[in-house]
Amino acid sequence: MNLVCNLFGSSIGRKFIMALTGLVLIGFVFGHLVGNLQVFAHPDKINGYAHFLHSLGPVLWLVRIGLLVCVGLHIWAATVLTLESRRARGSEPYGVKTWIQAVFASRYIRWSGYVVLGFILYHLAHFTVGVAQAGTYKTALPAHTLTSDYHVLGFTVVPAGTRVHDVHQMVVLGFQPPLVSLFYIVAVGLLSLHLLHGMDSLFQTLGWRNASWSRSLRTVVTLLCVAYFAGSLVIPGAVLTGALKPAPAVKTASAQ
Amino acid sequence: MVAVNTQKLFSVTLRVWRQAGPAQPGKFVEYPAKDLNPNMSFLEMLDVVNDELAAQGIEPIAFAHDCREGICGTCSCTINGKPHGPGKGVATCQTYMRSFSDGDTIVVEPFRARAFPVIKDLVIDRAAFDKIQQAGGFITARAGSAPEANALPIAKGDADLAMDAAQCIGCGACVAACKNASAMLFVSAKVSHLGLLPQGQAERDRRVLAMVNTMDALGFGSCTNQYECSAACPKLISHDFIARMNRDYVKASFRSAFKAAPANTSGGGA
Repeated sequence: MNLVCNLFGSSIGRKFIMALTGLVLIGFVFGHLVGNLQVFAHPDKINGYAHFLHSLGPVLWLVRIGLLVCVGLHIWAATVLTLESRRARGSEPYGVKTWIQAVFASRYIRWSGYVVLGFILYHLAHFTVGVAQAGTYKTALPAHTLTSDYHVLGFTVVPAGTRVHDVHQMVVLGFQPPLVSLFYIVAVGLLSLHLLHGMDSLFQTLGWRNASWSRSLRTVVTLLCVAYFAGSLVIPGAVLTGALKPAPAVKTASAQ
Repeated sequence: MVAVNTQKLFSVTLRVWRQAGPAQPGKFVEYPAKDLNPNMSFLEMLDVVNDELAAQGIEPIAFAHDCREGICGTCSCTINGKPHGPGKGVATCQTYMRSFSDGDTIVVEPFRARAFPVIKDLVIDRAAFDKIQQAGGFITARAGSAPEANALPIAKGDADLAMDAAQCIGCGACVAACKNASAMLFVSAKVSHLGLLPQGQAERDRRVLAMVNTMDALGFGSCTNQYECSAACPKLISHDFIARMNRDYVKASFRSAFKAAPANTSGGGA
């Protein structure tokens, strides 16, 4: 199959893999952030949301596997392309080499990528698997009883009275160690920097960019990255500053 | 000859890459370049330095040059870390000594890339570009007398864009500037210049597939969309052509994958 060969074997094909998997992952991180921002609403919101996602069962697993495949392909393409490019540069380095116009985010995209990978692994261990900081993992916390229905698109998907994992409490307690919160803030900062070049870059790779609108694209991408960073910053930030406190119900529970 | 003028002469120090041959180890060697007219071109300055070196019995610095007016793409020096020197949209031959100041140390190196091996000093072998061109940078046309110029209508915008791409002189500055030694600006210019015109349609898919695959096979890197290439290009060819080539390559891959192959009906086979 020429098509598969061209996709996985050629430079442009591999760049397409980078761009398309990047696009999927951008969609995910923004959706994930919007979902997470429910932590600022009543605990019913994010707990109902988490319960709803888990109730999807096989669909959830399909999405998870799809995302992992995207991450894997993104890293594979980046690695293969980087190794090829290094070889292409040759063995004799320049005595003097200056950057002409490459944007800051693009010069360090590989480094921001490494930190983001480390962050993803910790984040999964922390809130998805519960290996890191197991004491504040949702299964170790008392269950939460929903006081209101959780709606998606106007349909009640989790009715009031359902006993669900207390994700809200897990998030607030999980961010109590300042080192963890600071690591999250630095990592999402670098992820935003990664996206600043990546989001702009994917349009070029897919052939959807030209001089007539590249400035507008740059502006939109910059605004999205700033919004993403701000949104991701406020969750650990609010816990660090004490604006987001553990729920009082559990406080009494722990006091007993 | 450089015009005599009232400008003050000045001196610089050159730090030049000297390499005796392709497989030989190279090193930087410093030479003084004294009493330079600021309106000398960079290559004229090298000529003057070489005259002095020859007089001293030192092997002159080998450098590539031909037209010395920015249209042949032969000169290829990386000057102070930027291909073709500090100017924007100029080749080394159009870089003038007035771009530098008295007492400067100027670092002069060949364009570096694995696909562009050094032949001697500042001279590199750019045959890789010729191989990419031979893979698809042509059209099939009736030979003989030139056809009537207005027989084939071409939209003004397309013609202008094709001419923008056709300005590529194949010097290799894009490869030299790219941290990945990617030839995508060169290949995209060649692909677009023919692909934008009706005469280039017959081989359009075959061209982009063959040229990109040859580029990969010759060991060029790939684009990370940093656009150092278009900034270093003496013809300021836009990286928009790379986006266009990416699109063209994917379309061609799909079309060639699902296109019916012609049956061999010519007969006469064994």
